[in-house]
Amino acid sequence: MTLEQAKIEETGAMTFEVNGTRVEATPAPGQCLRTLLREHEHFEVKKGCDTGDCGACTVQIDGTPVHSCIYPAHRAVGKQITTAAGLGQPGNLAPIQQRFVDASGFQCGFCTPGMIVTAAAIEADAALGVDDLPRLLKGNLCRCTGYRSISDSIVGQHTPPDGSCHTAPGHEHAEASSLGPVRATGRTRGARGAGLVGTSPGAIAGERVVSGLEPYTLDVAIPGLLHLAVLGSPHAHARIRSLNVAKAAALPGVHRVFTHADSPTTLFSTARHESRFDDPDDTLVFDQTLRFRGQRVAAVVADSVAIAEAACRLIDVEYELRDAVFDPRLAGAPGAPLVHGDKDPVVSRLADPTRNLVAELHGEFGSVDEGLEMATTIVSGRWQTQRIAHTHLETHATMGWLSGDRLVLRTSSQVPFLVQKEICRLFDLDPAGVRVFTARVGGGFGGKQELLTEDLVTLAVLSTGRPVQYEFTRTDEFTITPVRHPMTIDVTVGAQGDGRLTALKLGVLADTGAYGNHAPGVMFHGTSESVALYNVPNKRVDAQSVYTNNPPSGAFRGYGLGQVIFAIECALDELARELGVDPFELRRLNSVRPGDPLVVTHEEGPDLIFGSYGLDQCLDLAEAALKRGNRAVVPVGLQWRVGTGMASSMIATTPPRGHRSQASVQLVAGGRYLVRVGTTEFGNGTTTVHAQIAATALHTSVDRIDLLHSDTDSAGYDSGAFGSAGVVVAGKAVLAAATALAETLVEVASAWSGHGLTRGTDTGTWQLEHDGLRAVESESELVSLDTLMHWATANDVGLTAVRREDGALRSLAFNVHAFRVAVNTATGEVRILQSVQAADAGFVVNPEQCRGQIEGGVAQALGTALFEEVVLDGAGAVTTRVLRNYHVPQLVDLPVTEVYFAQSHDVLGPYGAKSMSESTYNPVAPALANAIRDAIGIRPTELPMSPDRIWRLLHG
Amino acid sequence: MDLNTVTHVIPARQRSDLDALGPTVVPLAGGSELYADPRTHLTGLIDLQTFDWPALTVTDDGLVIGATCTVAELSRLPLQNGWAAHPLFYQCCTALYGSFKVWNVATVGGNLATSLPAGPMITLAVALDAELLVWRADGSDDVVPARSFVTGDMTNVLADGDVLRSIHVPLASLHAQTAYRKIALSPLGRSGAVLAGRLDAVGAFVLTVTAATLRPVQLRYSALPTAHVLARDIDTIDCWFTDAHGAADWRRAMGLLLGEEIRVELELAGGRA
Repeated sequence: MTLEQAKIEETGAMTFEVNGTRVEATPAPGQCLRTLLREHEHFEVKKGCDTGDCGACTVQIDGTPVHSCIYPAHRAVGKQITTAAGLGQPGNLAPIQQRFVDASGFQCGFCTPGMIVTAAAIEADAALGVDDLPRLLKGNLCRCTGYRSISDSIVGQHTPPDGSCHTAPGHEHAEASSLGPVRATGRTRGARGAGLVGTSPGAIAGERVVSGLEPYTLDVAIPGLLHLAVLGSPHAHARIRSLNVAKAAALPGVHRVFTHADSPTTLFSTARHESRFDDPDDTLVFDQTLRFRGQRVAAVVADSVAIAEAACRLIDVEYELRDAVFDPRLAGAPGAPLVHGDKDPVVSRLADPTRNLVAELHGEFGSVDEGLEMATTIVSGRWQTQRIAHTHLETHATMGWLSGDRLVLRTSSQVPFLVQKEICRLFDLDPAGVRVFTARVGGGFGGKQELLTEDLVTLAVLSTGRPVQYEFTRTDEFTITPVRHPMTIDVTVGAQGDGRLTALKLGVLADTGAYGNHAPGVMFHGTSESVALYNVPNKRVDAQSVYTNNPPSGAFRGYGLGQVIFAIECALDELARELGVDPFELRRLNSVRPGDPLVVTHEEGPDLIFGSYGLDQCLDLAEAALKRGNRAVVPVGLQWRVGTGMASSMIATTPPRGHRSQASVQLVAGGRYLVRVGTTEFGNGTTTVHAQIAATALHTSVDRIDLLHSDTDSAGYDSGAFGSAGVVVAGKAVLAAATALAETLVEVASAWSGHGLTRGTDTGTWQLEHDGLRAVESESELVSLDTLMHWATANDVGLTAVRREDGALRSLAFNVHAFRVAVNTATGEVRILQSVQAADAGFVVNPEQCRGQIEGGVAQALGTALFEEVVLDGAGAVTTRVLRNYHVPQLVDLPVTEVYFAQSHDVLGPYGAKSMSESTYNPVAPALANAIRDAIGIRPTELPMSPDRIWRLLHG
Repeated sequence: MDLNTVTHVIPARQRSDLDALGPTVVPLAGGSELYADPRTHLTGLIDLQTFDWPALTVTDDGLVIGATCTVAELSRLPLQNGWAAHPLFYQCCTALYGSFKVWNVATVGGNLATSLPAGPMITLAVALDAELLVWRADGSDDVVPARSFVTGDMTNVLADGDVLRSIHVPLASLHAQTAYRKIALSPLGRSGAVLAGRLDAVGAFVLTVTAATLRPVQLRYSALPTAHVLARDIDTIDCWFTDAHGAADWRRAMGLLLGEEIRVELELAGGRA
């Protein structure tokens, strides 16, 4: 026994080293190393799963990499621990960290410290080779990138300046990809240049992200922090008859116990939109009626999570059980148990609570019956999509505290301003007294367009006066966090012999679960652009979103479109087969073009316009790539069948009914500019794009731009980072503000030179440059920006420009995906031989970043298409409660997707840009299903298309 | 994650330190399973690592694997003369769902004692007809054939207070030819079926089916069976199961498919039907 060991056995105290610094600690018995390191402010050690599956917490112990969340803390005694911050720091990065910066090997960056510690260990071990990366990285999950850029980072390559992909051995299948010029990837110091729009400067926070020093939501030490834990309902439908919290409240270390007696009586929705009337008010902070397993029964605030959890186990609850409904097809039947039978349909904005109906849409354009009569070929089918968990690596979490008499919430949210509004409404607070902000957010994908933790933290902070933290576990993410709406979709399409569509009939049944957050929006949006994409004289939509006692569904990337597009694009593929028409040709023949009306059940309003159009190019690009093929080898054996498939999608570039953003740009000392904008950075890359836009408009470089964002105290109002609005709405506000400031600077220069401040006259004679302004005609010396700023201050002239964008006009973006696959008819395995996405993104502000968004969207969609499902037991209980039972794509699971951009220029978006985050996801699953259909002759209609399902199609 | 109900961790150095084991006090090996799936009834852990059991010991009779041998150590098992079964050790390591970083802490004994259907150390031990030395709670020693150790999904013959001490692989098995197949719903995903075949020097054939079944199933033949006989016998297996890693009907079909592939592979390797 060493002396160190003797010591721990006596007192539990021990010492170890972290990144060369000695640490003394007394871990709790049963504590894991991850939480011990975070207690010592090593926030670079992240929690993604806490079960050893995701790798975000990876550290090296005496050089050996381990998942610190499953490493007993007491075993760290005497050890030398290395974290990402110990490998290198900003200004002095380790080579592996620099390569992640150079190759844009991250988006949200939450998985990155663990990824880099793992990669460093692989590099350091001669027995491990980078050719074995698929196996070596199976314990490192990234939900954002799709891994191509991570793999590039590790092997030390990046997108070449011509925008092509690499032809490294084993990666030949991506050779044909083209981004157009990518002027600045690779080692960018100095070479990055100005980073103007159209080039690819790396993420602003890159050096901090790769060293683990960029703080996320919980990466801050707050003295006296209390922790909150929730007792969840064990029943799918019940009423709390009585609660006894005496034992819990008496437990030492417990500060407060909250129950429905403490709840505000104001109904709200966890879903957040620009208009709070978009979602039904059917939720209470605590409800006496429990409508799904895991719904809050009580919450405990205590000195530690352990005490809070222990106290939860001491709460005695008597439940009165109620009948429950789990099958959405039965929810509307007479006599079905009512999930919200107590609600007033007008007050809560519900279609019909006596039929569990949250929202419905029934409408017809033309006559589908007549259209079908005209058709020579008719295809009908039913498609089923599953529950998907967003699986952003950073779970939902909020920290709250009082600053003076103001409430401060630091939250993992896509919508801090909307959270502020609703928290004030719920707790009757003055918005001036509430600050909501986000640090860098570790992924969202729609899951953080919800108010899930902020209300409890508010309640706890206001009643204890103490700082309080509420952090979801990964199991919470699977069981009580809204999932993607599962939908049953019926499609009937008819066409004449020439391939022209005559009728399209759509039926949708969405299971919104126990609460109606996002139910109407997902239903209406899902049936919108999916249907409007095609010129069909006769269309009918019948859609319903119903309550059940299943866990709630919510917003997910694509917002309903992915589900409905899966069905429609598969039906069109089948129709093309029956007609003997090429599927690309069928789209060319029937897709809307500029000038065509956009029709769902009636013509869409004038707010939706063709600001640009690149669908025709996307179809050509994808078809050509597929025809060109690649060098991927078809597996040998009679059991392998090969097929190709494609699908299209359309999306409006902005959410409907307004999306507002206010940006300000200010000249500050040193020739720098401060941009304030409310939208959140969660891996979507908006901070980089906003800096590029401002730098371009102000004739400077991105390294002169500072950003303050997603903070109700320091930025103007922003509806939030959803609906891919970060570039086309917030970016447009930034462009307007920066352009206005540039004009002001010209005016001020003119005034400074003695002409007086006369707006609008003579201003053309001064030219804004990187370091100042110059009179064009007189070829004067440069007047520095600092000089102008001092003059302006002395003369009381403001050098801040503020502009707003309201998203009143919306454009359309398009994506086409194509696959070539091989299917093993003996096992059901699907192997992707070629994956192609062509995107109509308008002007591409940052090609490398946009490529990453597309690759990441494809990756997430392939997870949906092939692997992922939140499985319920038929009685409302989730059985896939940890990551090892919910397969998020790993490096090995994904092909390198060839990415092509249409050449288009939008009249609405900043510099002609369009949105390109959500839409990339939508055509993937149907394209894959169509390719599988082509290969095996049987159409898969149910997601995920896992080997056991494909096998059953063939042999079942 | 933190095991918040645990109030004490006792490092074990002699067998009597295990006397504290019981329904709420359990052995801690690598911790990769225990710390990933906390049970709130647990109050204490007895750390087996401090026993410093030898990881791998080659004897005249074969190989002794200490229960606390990590998967990483096992994956680096040095090849010995005549050990035709050597590749199976690494192959079974790769069937572990956990990453190579989990290999650095997860133990062979822990994988067996957890007794998940997908536990690949179970495949290895059963396929090689290993015998398991169990320290019973009453102080006695017991030797249990690996094939009867696991009794169901996360159940085995260990009672409260029992500890799996070591895994003994007989030399004859180490000298046997082996063939291995794994399939999952994704290329490196959690196993849906893991099958291992063993062809002894005397020509006897043993097929071990795991991950697809609630407990390991072994089919034994004095010589390689015909395809028909093997398929008939695989078809009699009655514990195929459904979970997130595969449906029972698919698992049965994969059992048939991969079992036959193994039979053919070992036939080509010299086995006689």
